Amino acid sequence: MVKLPECIEKSEYEKTISSVTQEVKIEPGDITIALAGNANVGKSVIFNNLTGSEQVVGNWPGKTVDLAEGTFHYNGQKLHIIDLPGIYSFSTFSMEEIVSREYIAHEKPEVVINVLDGSVLERNLFFTLQLMEMGVPLVVCVNQMDIARQKGFHIDTEKLEKALGVPVVPTVAIHGEGLQKLVEKAIDVAQTRKVVEVPVGYGGEVERVVKQLEEFLDNEGLDLGYSNRWVAIKLLENDPEINKQVESISERAIQYSTYLALELEKIHDEPSFSIIASERYALASRIAAGAQKQDKYKPTLSEKLDKILIHPLFGYFTSALVILGLLIWTFVLGNFLSEIITEAMSFFQPVDAVLSGPVIAVLWNGAFGGFVAGVTLIVPFVIPFYILLSYIENSGLLTRVAFMMDSFMQKIGLHGKALIPLILGYGCSVPAIDSTKILETRRERLLAAFAITFAPCSARTIIILSLVAIFVSIWWALALYVLDIIIIFIMGKLALKAMPGESTGLIMEMHALRLPSTSNILKQTWNRTKSLIYLVFPVFIAGSALIQVLYVLGVLGPISNFMAPLTVGWLLLPSFAGILLIVGVVRKEFVLLTLVSFVGTDLSLALTPVQFIVLALIGMLYIPCLSTISILIREFGLKAASVISAANLITAFIVGGIAAHLLSFIL
Amino acid sequence: MSSGNTLSENAEEYMEVLYKLSLKERPVKTTKISTMLNVSPASVTQMIKKLQKEGYVDYSPYKGVTLTEEGYKIASKITRKHRLLERFLHDVLKIKKDKVHDQACEMEHVLSDDAERALCQLLENPDECPDDEELIPVCDFQFETCEECHKRRQEEVNQVGKRDKNLVSITDMKKNEKGKVSFIRGDYKVIRRLMDMGITMGAHIAVLEVAPFKGPIQLLVRGSNLALGRDIAKNVFVEIIREDTVPSKGALSYG
Repeated sequence: MVKLPECIEKSEYEKTISSVTQEVKIEPGDITIALAGNANVGKSVIFNNLTGSEQVVGNWPGKTVDLAEGTFHYNGQKLHIIDLPGIYSFSTFSMEEIVSREYIAHEKPEVVINVLDGSVLERNLFFTLQLMEMGVPLVVCVNQMDIARQKGFHIDTEKLEKALGVPVVPTVAIHGEGLQKLVEKAIDVAQTRKVVEVPVGYGGEVERVVKQLEEFLDNEGLDLGYSNRWVAIKLLENDPEINKQVESISERAIQYSTYLALELEKIHDEPSFSIIASERYALASRIAAGAQKQDKYKPTLSEKLDKILIHPLFGYFTSALVILGLLIWTFVLGNFLSEIITEAMSFFQPVDAVLSGPVIAVLWNGAFGGFVAGVTLIVPFVIPFYILLSYIENSGLLTRVAFMMDSFMQKIGLHGKALIPLILGYGCSVPAIDSTKILETRRERLLAAFAITFAPCSARTIIILSLVAIFVSIWWALALYVLDIIIIFIMGKLALKAMPGESTGLIMEMHALRLPSTSNILKQTWNRTKSLIYLVFPVFIAGSALIQVLYVLGVLGPISNFMAPLTVGWLLLPSFAGILLIVGVVRKEFVLLTLVSFVGTDLSLALTPVQFIVLALIGMLYIPCLSTISILIREFGLKAASVISAANLITAFIVGGIAAHLLSFIL
Repeated sequence: MSSGNTLSENAEEYMEVLYKLSLKERPVKTTKISTMLNVSPASVTQMIKKLQKEGYVDYSPYKGVTLTEEGYKIASKITRKHRLLERFLHDVLKIKKDKVHDQACEMEHVLSDDAERALCQLLENPDECPDDEELIPVCDFQFETCEECHKRRQEEVNQVGKRDKNLVSITDMKKNEKGKVSFIRGDYKVIRRLMDMGITMGAHIAVLEVAPFKGPIQLLVRGSNLALGRDIAKNVFVEIIREDTVPSKGALSYG
């Protein structure tokens, strides 16, 4: 039986109670708008359209959920806008749901704009009804009217407005249609702060029971910051967190709600939360049916494409094409750009053997080396990646690939969506680990991140190619690649053993395919890159400067000698290998560059074929580079990062040593 | 159903095999039955004719055998008991995987409905049998969730009553088939997450695509396209909906 793991630990939950720290300054008189809705309905497009460049993307305090805030002016009115994560419900099963629920309840935005996907009206209204239960000032935005029309839906927004009792604005956000009206309506509602209760009540007994409990809570004087109607509904649904919160205030309220829930269950023969969900959907269905008509059904282009994209046979080809495309794009473009940049900075030697003189000069050289490493990481590899990833993500292709690949990913305890971070890992571990955010639980994110640290990123590829492919043979290089994939699989299996737990299982909405807007893609790319720059550059610059100083001070030599039993004794490498490995922690290519600075360009004079292979193998596996370690720390904490690094190191020395001893018989 | 008790143990073995085979292909070829049970084709035909007389199967020579509604009900029941027993033997009594099948075959015929339900509760609503990872069919009691079954522990099975329709797991549905969600197996969090996505009791779903290699299933539910991983989908049970009002021959409620 599949069980959903507890996504949220208690301590984590309590952290969310503390209020959100505002990065954008809010003055009295300003209006705060929150964008809420299901995933992929176009919230971010609306957000980007409204805010332009004035936006900050960070994390919710203490959580790995993106928090996007921005400001804009309309008719002299300053508006703050918050893009809440896309969710389907407020049941506190994911961080996203908690963050959104706490934000709406405690920060009390002047108005919430609920963005709906017009082509999936009924399912989206399910969430609208929950927002109305919370009693927030609401404007409903029916987005993707164009896709709805393509599917043959005619949505009468006036009827919808009448049925819901809140302003409804139709939009096509991707073309900016209807956004002006949306903002006007939002300001209107914000200024009047009109709250509309759920217009049509739920079915007979459910409505009666909710009312009874609500009155009871009112009489008890309960105030959790939420509307009491909403608390009543959540109690009847047996929401664990709300239950806990109410219990600490009023034991009687819990007793009463249990009694009422039992009464409901007797009538309906279903668990109470199921009764309420069904009621809510029944209502959503009625409202949707009243407000939309569907023409004769004709398959849309998206549906026709889907016939190929998730076809039991062709689907694998198209998925492979997408994955290969992403890899080739990154490698070809990345290597091309990387060469240009390296060329431009060729005057620079990472560890200058002859460098001496004032400490400042040494530090400067090291720091500059870190800067170069950062530039050669971000510009050629990270940015092109994020651009294409955004395209694949926003067009809906990603969900199709995840659908096809789910069964393979299950083998290492992950589901289809985890494939994306892994593919990214072939380019660069840093954005790859960053993108594990798309997975549901910490355990799954950690499993994926662990597998990623073994993936042959572009820097490792460079080492493999330039050491083995050039000086041994291309087939040995290929063999190393295959070996790496086997190692990923084995380590993935081992990690699964070490971290047992139920897998979440895939529940994923597959949206209609569409062409994403370029400006949106670029903004998303920039925001993602920016957050990496803040992380990577300081680490690179400081780390590189430190190593340079240590080298000049002559500390690296003794360390290298200290490592000699391992490097020389076990791995059968020359004694300077220790230095290479230390330098390579900053950035893997430094292994190569430093080696060149030691022995000149003809490396075959210094190393035997076996040593080339072993050095490449060690360089490939031995430790994630500094930037990977720092993102691991950021995402998972110091402990997990150390464990992962240690696992890498141990694997590298075991595999490397075995290879060194075995290969000397062959080569 | 009392008629179920009139079947001989041997006949029940046939029903089990028919259940397993008919989820893959229908009608079931008699030769396949004889290989699986390791009996002569002649005795298979003899037994099938007997089952046909009882109204459990439809049989046409050269084409094969199809379970009737009544037959499917009994066949899935006995299969369920068999696989639950396998789980019990393996998980609780720690009997080796390769031994559980034969032992369960002996025990399944005498397991009462109340014992079956108690076993399911004890094992925390298992969904797969241990030896070949086949899906344990849903119970035929009038519950919509396992939680309901647990809550009504005091009531005996004959007080609860039985379902009048046969249910089938989404993973056993064919492409383009439609169904009404009638039972979800699992703890409340799975059910809740499914409900948030629109898979509520009574919701209509249609299977759009089934990925090979035990991959996910794409559904149409409430106008949205949803992909469900196999592990989740297999625990959602539906009543198949036929669009043609006059059921054509062989159109059964179990898919």
